[in-house]
Amino acid sequence: MMGRPITSLTSRAAPLLYANIDTDQIIPSREMRSTGKTGLAKGMFAGWRYLAGSDYAPDPAFVLNDPQFAGAEILLARENFGCGSSREHAVWALAEFGIRAIIAPSFAPIFENNCSRGGVLCVRLPAEVINQIAASDANVSIDLPDQSVSLPDGSRWTFTIDEEAKAMLIGGLDSIELTMQSADDIRRWHDTDKNERPWIYL
Amino acid sequence: MASTLFDKIWNRHAIKPLTGRNALVAIDRIFLHERTGAVALNSLSEAGRKPIDPARVFCVMDHIVDTRPGRGDATLMPDGQAFITETRSAATKAGINLFDVTDADQGITHVISPELGIVLPGSTLIAPDSHTCTQGAFGALAWGVGSSEAEHAMATGALRVKRPETMRVTFEGTLGEGASAKDMILALIAQYSASGGRGKVIEFNGPAVRALDMEARMTLCNMATEFSAMSAIIAPDEKTFGYLHGRRFAPKGALWDAAIESWHALHSDPDASFDEEITIDAGTVAPMISWGTSADAAIAINGAVPPSADAQMLDYMALESGQKLVGLPIDAAFIGSCTNSRLSDLRRAAKVLDGRKVAQGTKAVCVPGSSAVKRAAEAEGLHEIFAQAGFEWRESGCSMCFFAGGESFAEGSRVVSSTNRSFRNRQGHRVKTHIASPETVAASAIKGAIADHRELA
Ligand code: SF4
Repeated sequence: MMGRPITSLTSRAAPLLYANIDTDQIIPSREMRSTGKTGLAKGMFAGWRYLAGSDYAPDPAFVLNDPQFAGAEILLARENFGCGSSREHAVWALAEFGIRAIIAPSFAPIFENNCSRGGVLCVRLPAEVINQIAASDANVSIDLPDQSVSLPDGSRWTFTIDEEAKAMLIGGLDSIELTMQSADDIRRWHDTDKNERPWIYL
Repeated sequence: MASTLFDKIWNRHAIKPLTGRNALVAIDRIFLHERTGAVALNSLSEAGRKPIDPARVFCVMDHIVDTRPGRGDATLMPDGQAFITETRSAATKAGINLFDVTDADQGITHVISPELGIVLPGSTLIAPDSHTCTQGAFGALAWGVGSSEAEHAMATGALRVKRPETMRVTFEGTLGEGASAKDMILALIAQYSASGGRGKVIEFNGPAVRALDMEARMTLCNMATEFSAMSAIIAPDEKTFGYLHGRRFAPKGALWDAAIESWHALHSDPDASFDEEITIDAGTVAPMISWGTSADAAIAINGAVPPSADAQMLDYMALESGQKLVGLPIDAAFIGSCTNSRLSDLRRAAKVLDGRKVAQGTKAVCVPGSSAVKRAAEAEGLHEIFAQAGFEWRESGCSMCFFAGGESFAEGSRVVSSTNRSFRNRQGHRVKTHIASPETVAASAIKGAIADHRELA
């Protein structure tokens, strides 16, 4: 599934300032009810978003239920966001809910990779910057081509991102199509490899 | 130039460079399971594509499948059965290898892939499952991906991958009495944090690693993902070759000889350099247990919850800073998962359980990692030791390692578990999980409280 292309966005950034938020918190296993990629937004952060034991009654204490963060497209988090299970449903759920970017000091590798394929931008910024953004009470702007994050008060930070991930997010590219363009190289590689490592081919 | 083991596998599989540190990397083996596999297979066929080499794609029912005796397709998870039936029909249609619910080779992905000789030294293997790093124990580059990447690899035979950095973790010396591979990996993560591996490929080496058997090496590599690493890898040796010899998908005859010859080159050159190096004295590793909801929140079994402990974790786990864990009453004990459910794990637990009884009121469950492990355990009578002690003896699968909305431990209960994750709600609603080795789980089940298995020995 290709993500919605991202170039720049401006939105409130909802603070979820915990370390090690794992994919089962983002989309609990029990909320993945089908073998499809959709219908996941309702289950996003279900364990936090809804009152315990209720039938999806919003918990007012959860940040995304706070009216000032209604429609927020950006999340702020701490270290190692997206750790745990490799379930791509975490990214599909976030994207379906409307989250376009997450700003955190670090991300779990599988999650980050899934994000660039699912149209969610992972921005790495130091914890102090994240605190400053959280305290600003203002809209945050992210410019992906320019690789920068800024606040209305003029504060501006740049971030690094893998070139391939950047191209995929901006272009909303289907990476399978992209790789198919190298089909001849892949075939040639396999032809040689079959002679060198025949035991791989069953 | 001197190369690391990782470099050798990467360089061989790099079909061509892409932008930056990325390359198009050939994928030798793809493993799917019913939790995340059907979505990849369905999406592939919806796009009008087919696996380019279905013989190198494997699929098993392990995550949602029921583990109660006499199971079929029905599961306790609402809508769970659809994952099984849809995966079955998608796998059959795609013509890939399928290990179905009642197949003799069924079991947890990372247990059966080595058992069947599917993962091989020097190969690349991906699965839409984060614990794929387990299989790096065989000197393969094996890592977890998302469903889209599995689809990508099936469709094209390759993946676009950013070249990871490398780290070598050397365990010097000899592992102390009563400590195991599970304790080694928990000690590493506790010391260097749950994000200490930061997307790297970790090569485990040193005398204490070489001394481990293949099953223990898998336990060590299993939790590389809890260290936030891309994967782990161990150079293959005679133990690796001995383990794989004669397995169902392993090369046979002249092919085996040729493979062995090439596999002998699979080790880091003496002067190869790594982006990061860590050395640990294995002699200092004690039996470990987690106290919090992250794998780095772990301590030696006789230790106390640290003074700086995170307040939210303490609240969730109903613990206090400075509190000792030994003696803390538990509600349940679980032995299973891709971390610790192989024959040697069950043997060590059975040794603790032999002639003893699980404490009254403690639920105790043992789930062998594969149908083959279950048969082997039964052939040597381990199931009787477990049953006489008061453990449930299950069919193989992931079972209560994770809560999929079906079977789980009672709400709020405290569980000592041989699994790899103690995340909130991982084993059931508000369940407090303490991860540890199978022998620690067994000893705790007997005591009805967290226990040091060395004191029962
Ligand atoms: S046993 Fe647990 S950790 Fe391992 S693959 Fe199954 S669910 Fe994942």
